Amino acid sequence: MRAPDTVLPLIAESLGFARNGVDILHDVSLTIEAGPPTLIIGPNGAGKSVLLRLLHGLLAPTSGRVTCAPCADPRRRQAMVFQRPVLLRRSVLANAVYPLALAGVPRGEREARARAALALVGLEPLAGRAARRLSGGEQQRLALARAAALHPDILFLDEPCASLDPAATLAVEEIVATISARGTKIVMTTHDLGQARRLAGDVVFLHRGRLLEQAPAQTFFTRPATPEATAFLQGRLVW
Amino acid sequence: MNDLGTALSTATSLVSTADPAVVQVVLLSLRISLTAVAIAALIGLPLGALLAVARFPGRRVVIVALNALMGLPPVVCGLLVYLLLSRSGPLGALGLLFTPAAMVVAQAVLITPILAALARQLLEGLWEEYAEQLRSFGAGPWRAVPTLLWDGRYALLTVLLAGFGRASAEVGAVMIVGGNIDGFTRVMTTAIALETSKGDLPLALALGMVLMAIVLTVNAAAQLLRDSSARWAG
Repeated sequence: MRAPDTVLPLIAESLGFARNGVDILHDVSLTIEAGPPTLIIGPNGAGKSVLLRLLHGLLAPTSGRVTCAPCADPRRRQAMVFQRPVLLRRSVLANAVYPLALAGVPRGEREARARAALALVGLEPLAGRAARRLSGGEQQRLALARAAALHPDILFLDEPCASLDPAATLAVEEIVATISARGTKIVMTTHDLGQARRLAGDVVFLHRGRLLEQAPAQTFFTRPATPEATAFLQGRLVW
Repeated sequence: MNDLGTALSTATSLVSTADPAVVQVVLLSLRISLTAVAIAALIGLPLGALLAVARFPGRRVVIVALNALMGLPPVVCGLLVYLLLSRSGPLGALGLLFTPAAMVVAQAVLITPILAALARQLLEGLWEEYAEQLRSFGAGPWRAVPTLLWDGRYALLTVLLAGFGRASAEVGAVMIVGGNIDGFTRVMTTAIALETSKGDLPLALALGMVLMAIVLTVNAAAQLLRDSSARWAG
C-alpha cells in the first residue's frame, strides 16, 4: 500500500553519541518496523530524547549509523513533534500548510490537506486564529496535525504530553492512536508508564545510555528481562 | 526671546499654509529617505537574517564589523560616496553626483549596516527557537531566511523605523553628495543647516517642526501597528 520508497524498517547500527566528552548513548542498535507504536522509555537522563533525535537525523551520531533498507535518504517521509511545540507566528492554518510547502506538495493540494489534518485533531474551527494564542493542549494538537498532514512513514514524538494536563494528554493519546491506525509508525518517548501501557506495541528500554531491552509491550510489562527494567516498572529506579 | 517668538509664529504659518517652498523640500526629503530605506531593507534585512542562521569561519568578525559600521559617521559615508561618484571616481561616468539619486545611494549605504545588524540580533533569537523544528521539516539555513523574515515582520518594523529615523535626520552625507541645490537636491536637514547659518530662522524652524512631526508620527504609527499585530500573533 505504501510507496516503495518507505523508510521502514529504520535501522540503527551501534549508535553512540557523546557531547563535550560525556557519553550520552552507547552502542544502541535497534530496528524500527512498521506496526503499532514503539515506546522508548527509561528514567530521566537515559538518553531517550537524544536517541529520537539521532533516529530523526537532527543529531549526527558520534559512532554508528542510521539506515533504512529500502530507501536512499532516511530523512524523507519522517516528522517529529517536540516536547514544547514550536509554532510559527502565523495562523493555525498557515502553520499546517508550511511543512507541506517545504515537502514539495503542489500548491493546490496544500490547504485541503492541512484542513483535513486540522479536522483530525479538532482544530478546524480555529484555522484562522493565531497559532501562538492557542492553549498548551491546542498547540500540541496543532503540532501533531502539522506532522500528520505530511503523511509521514514515521512520526517521532518526544514526550509530547510532558507539560499537558490529563484531559489534554488524553486528547493527544487519542490523536496518536488515530495517526498510528492510519499506517504511520509512531516512535515516542515518555516517562509516563501508564501512557506507555496504553499506547505501546513494543517497548525500547533505555538506561544510562544503553539499550537494555526491546520487546513486545505485553512481554516487557509482564516479564521484564533485566533487573533495571524490573526496578523501573516498580518505580524503584529513578535514575 | 522676541526673535524666537516671531520665528515660531512665522514658522507655524509657513507650515499651516503649506508654503510651496517648504512642501517641495519636505516631499523631496521623504522621497529620498523612503527610497533609501527600501533599498537598504532589500539588502540589509536578508543579509541580517542570513548572518543569524549561517555558521561559517569568520562569522564573528563579520558581525563585529557590521555592528561597528552602525556608527559610520554620515560625513564619512558622504565622502566615500562622493569619491565613488565624482567625475574621476570609478562610478563617475554615471553622472550621479549632486543629484537626488546620489543622495539615495549615500543614505542607503549609511543605513544598510544598521538594518542588517539590528535584524541579525533580532532574528538570531527567533532562529534559536525555530532551528530544530525547521530542520525537522527539512529546511536548511537558506530556506529559513524567508521564514524568519516573515515571522519576524512585526519586530522588523522597528528596525526599518530606526533606519528611516537615521536617514531622514542625517545631514552630512546628503550635504556632500547632493550639494544642497535649491529646488533640486535641497532636503529638510540641509535646508535647516543653511537657513540657520543665513539667519532665516523661521524657515529653518518650520522645516524643523515638520521633520519632528514626521519622525514622531511614523514612530507612533509603527509602534501602534506593532503592538496590535503582536497581540494578534502572540
